[in-house]
Amino acid sequence: MATTVATAHAPAETQSGVWSWITTVDHKRIGALYGVTAFIFFMLGGIEALLLRIQLMKPENTFIGPDVFNQLFTMHGTTMIFLAIMPLSASFFNFMIPLMIGARDVAFPRLNAFSYWVYLFGAIFLNLSFVLGGAPDVGWFGYSNLTSSQYSPGHGVDFWAIGLQILGVASLAAAFNFIVTIVNLRAPGMKMMRMPPFVWMTLVTSFLIIFAFPVITVALVFLLFDRFTGTNFFVPAAGADPLLWQHLFWLFGHPEVYILILPAMGIVSEVLPTFSRKPLFGYPVVVYSGIFIGFMGWGVWSHHMFSVGLGPLADSFFAISTMLIAIPTAVKIFNWIATMWGGRIELKTAMLFALGFICLFTMGGLSGFMHASPPADLQQTDTYFVVAHIHYVLFGGAIMGIFAGLYYWFPKMTGRLMNEKLGQIHFWLTMIAMNLTFFPMHFVGLLGMPRRVYTYAHGMGFDTMNLMSTVGALLLAISVLVFVINFLTSVRSGKVAGNDPWGGASLEWAIPSPPPAYNFASLPVVHSLDPLWHTESRESALASNQRTGPIHMPPNSFWPIVSAFGMTLMMSGMIFGWFAGIPGLIIMLVGIYSWAFEPCV
Amino acid sequence: MAVRGNRAGFSRWTGALFAAATLALLATGCSLRDFPQSSLHPHSDYAWTIQHLLEQLTFWVVVIFALVQALLIYTVIRFRSRPGAPDPKPVHGNTVLEIAWTVAPAIILTVIAVPTVMAIFQTQGKPPKDAIHVKVVGHQWWWEFQYPELGVVTGSEMHVPVNKPVAVDIETVDVLHSFWFPAVGGKRDAVPNHTNRMFFTPDSVGEFPGQCAELCGISHANMRMKLFVDTPEAFAAWVADQKKPPAEPDSSTLAGRGKLEFSNGACVSCHTIDGISAGTIGPNLTHFGSRTSIAGAIYDNNTENLAHWIATPDKRKPGTLMLNLGLEKAQVDALVAYMQSLK
Repeated sequence: MATTVATAHAPAETQSGVWSWITTVDHKRIGALYGVTAFIFFMLGGIEALLLRIQLMKPENTFIGPDVFNQLFTMHGTTMIFLAIMPLSASFFNFMIPLMIGARDVAFPRLNAFSYWVYLFGAIFLNLSFVLGGAPDVGWFGYSNLTSSQYSPGHGVDFWAIGLQILGVASLAAAFNFIVTIVNLRAPGMKMMRMPPFVWMTLVTSFLIIFAFPVITVALVFLLFDRFTGTNFFVPAAGADPLLWQHLFWLFGHPEVYILILPAMGIVSEVLPTFSRKPLFGYPVVVYSGIFIGFMGWGVWSHHMFSVGLGPLADSFFAISTMLIAIPTAVKIFNWIATMWGGRIELKTAMLFALGFICLFTMGGLSGFMHASPPADLQQTDTYFVVAHIHYVLFGGAIMGIFAGLYYWFPKMTGRLMNEKLGQIHFWLTMIAMNLTFFPMHFVGLLGMPRRVYTYAHGMGFDTMNLMSTVGALLLAISVLVFVINFLTSVRSGKVAGNDPWGGASLEWAIPSPPPAYNFASLPVVHSLDPLWHTESRESALASNQRTGPIHMPPNSFWPIVSAFGMTLMMSGMIFGWFAGIPGLIIMLVGIYSWAFEPCV
Repeated sequence: MAVRGNRAGFSRWTGALFAAATLALLATGCSLRDFPQSSLHPHSDYAWTIQHLLEQLTFWVVVIFALVQALLIYTVIRFRSRPGAPDPKPVHGNTVLEIAWTVAPAIILTVIAVPTVMAIFQTQGKPPKDAIHVKVVGHQWWWEFQYPELGVVTGSEMHVPVNKPVAVDIETVDVLHSFWFPAVGGKRDAVPNHTNRMFFTPDSVGEFPGQCAELCGISHANMRMKLFVDTPEAFAAWVADQKKPPAEPDSSTLAGRGKLEFSNGACVSCHTIDGISAGTIGPNLTHFGSRTSIAGAIYDNNTENLAHWIATPDKRKPGTLMLNLGLEKAQVDALVAYMQSLK
């Protein structure tokens, strides 16, 4: 029956072929492109991590040398943050937000395509450094003055700085797009306080992006000026204070942490109610907590800098502001548990990953609370304790949340269900491997192992725990393979899902899976939070599948990819020379003008 | 870790705290011999302050974690879907609960924030007046230790007397580094154009490893150091030895030829030996023979390691600024003998 529904609603405008993907402005296709690309980079970042773990599996190992090691940990961090987790979140923004707010597309479909292509070209540009003279090797935080021409004479740092600038354009364009979409394109009756929590967290995240990225952009402009034109923003010999970089970087970097985690919190806030058959407990409190976390994220950056010697007053201020963030975080966790309390919990794979998120993120939050206290942090910072912490937050938090979202929305995106058995194996293998990899790092850090060392001596007591982490990392790689196999087989031959396999509450479950190009044949009217769980809203939502007349959708355009390519080529000219930069500028200008004057029929 | 109980001011912390701390330590094993660079085995007042704070933090973190996980698991088991279970009641929230679980973490935060702020001001105040001053300078990739009041300059190995306050000034000549001897306290970064300070009073005699904790380039992992906490007598003897002029080997011996190799070679442009040279790029070698380690405390100071190091430093420590001078074996042997004579 589900198949017939899917065929009946298949859009007349269905296109296929490579050209249709290159020129697409459909938010769902762009979401899919984001997802697949980001997952490939997630696996690349994982391979980098595996090589690091193999090097550290025993003391004084010689598997890879220090130069490659420094490049790999720099690229692992940069890749996972900018090329994997952020675009995986963006994939959900793209695919789900218009569906969840009852819209036909995002506000600026061509800008949306432009964001994706800039991200793709920026990511390729950054990784080209591996084959063009060496990847960046100064850490994903790129502390000045190690990044100066004097101490990093190669092009690695240039690739890193220019690559991040390019990626910043993609993030900013996407963030503006989603703010406008969420503010303006909600279905009639969907007040702000009737938006699904994932839409709320997307909105907060997008605001964080548009405020945080300009800060790193300025810092990177300073750095590029220093490196290319001989200015002295970060040159101590000329009297500069290299701490300026750290302040600017973390003023971006801490909100960035919430840019990574808030979307996952939003996903979990969707998954838990659906599989508990109960509305989200304390919806307004969960929303306000998310907003409060977003605000507070701006007042804590110096907790990354307790060891630089800011003085006791600043240390105390940032310790207390950091501890304050624990309150809204704890409130969210209690509300999630209360959502399940009294529910009818179905332990589908998506739900397991959401539960895994709560379990592991609590752990990461608590270890974060331990180094919110500066004296304790002075022993823990720059050791493996912090490596354990960030991986409990970013793997146990962000990635577990993203997997929950993948299993949850896969049927909506593809029209098919993922294999539950493989899903459960994936979950349990991930939980075991994740803890085996990262839990011992707490101890090896407290016992004195610093971060970012390519080797350690015999007799330090680090051997066993490092070997455990390496074995865990290999198991994690296997667990990701299980997911990939499940994904690839389910896309082709998974059970047909139907419109609403989980009995969800939000609008996306009212329409066919996969949704037609126009999403909603007529606009649904929303009367409550959880529209599909209330009779009146449900009927209105289901009625939106009735097509009443011709539907106007934006035409395909190749100008976004042309503009994105031109911009990347222009910026790459800083390294490759004018013969790349000037054609890039011309291509970009032609692209943008043609885009602006393109008829919209 | 039996030394714990006799610290004033913390006896009010209950047995539960001690149990949590012991648990944490048991989980990690308990001997400094097994974990020489451990931050959980304090050997100074400063490190103890941190340890006590860490014990309180660990207590709360373990308790909260256990409660939340227990609640989570209990909820999932109790409310799991069973055949015939009724539809759940659509509860939307509860104001009293929301207030309760906002206030509860706030109280715990206060309990932690107060001792945290006290510890911050206590450990970052003015060092005691009778402290020994040591100026620590980070170089790519070794540590220099200067004792301005004693007129001593050395590298990679720091000596201090037990039970006497030590005030450390931390600087760098190139990039960021971070000075860290876990046994005596937290780390402090060496930042260009800044002088950072810390102070501690070591409470037991011994040898404690440390290393740079801030990424500083290719050989960051090889920027290690050792702290020797000596008895007052041993420290006085060490200072007296360090203040002596360098050994003058007889020119007919191997060491004597080594001295000629040194003073006529490229060594002098980077290294200081009192009365012979004044280079400051590499460590001061005036009393090199008295040190236990070489090359940033990554190799033991013995004939074989030293010969390898002098002949091919680039192969022994990636990126090192020490040049491979293409020396003949005879030259290397002479230099080794000379270096070892510089007690």
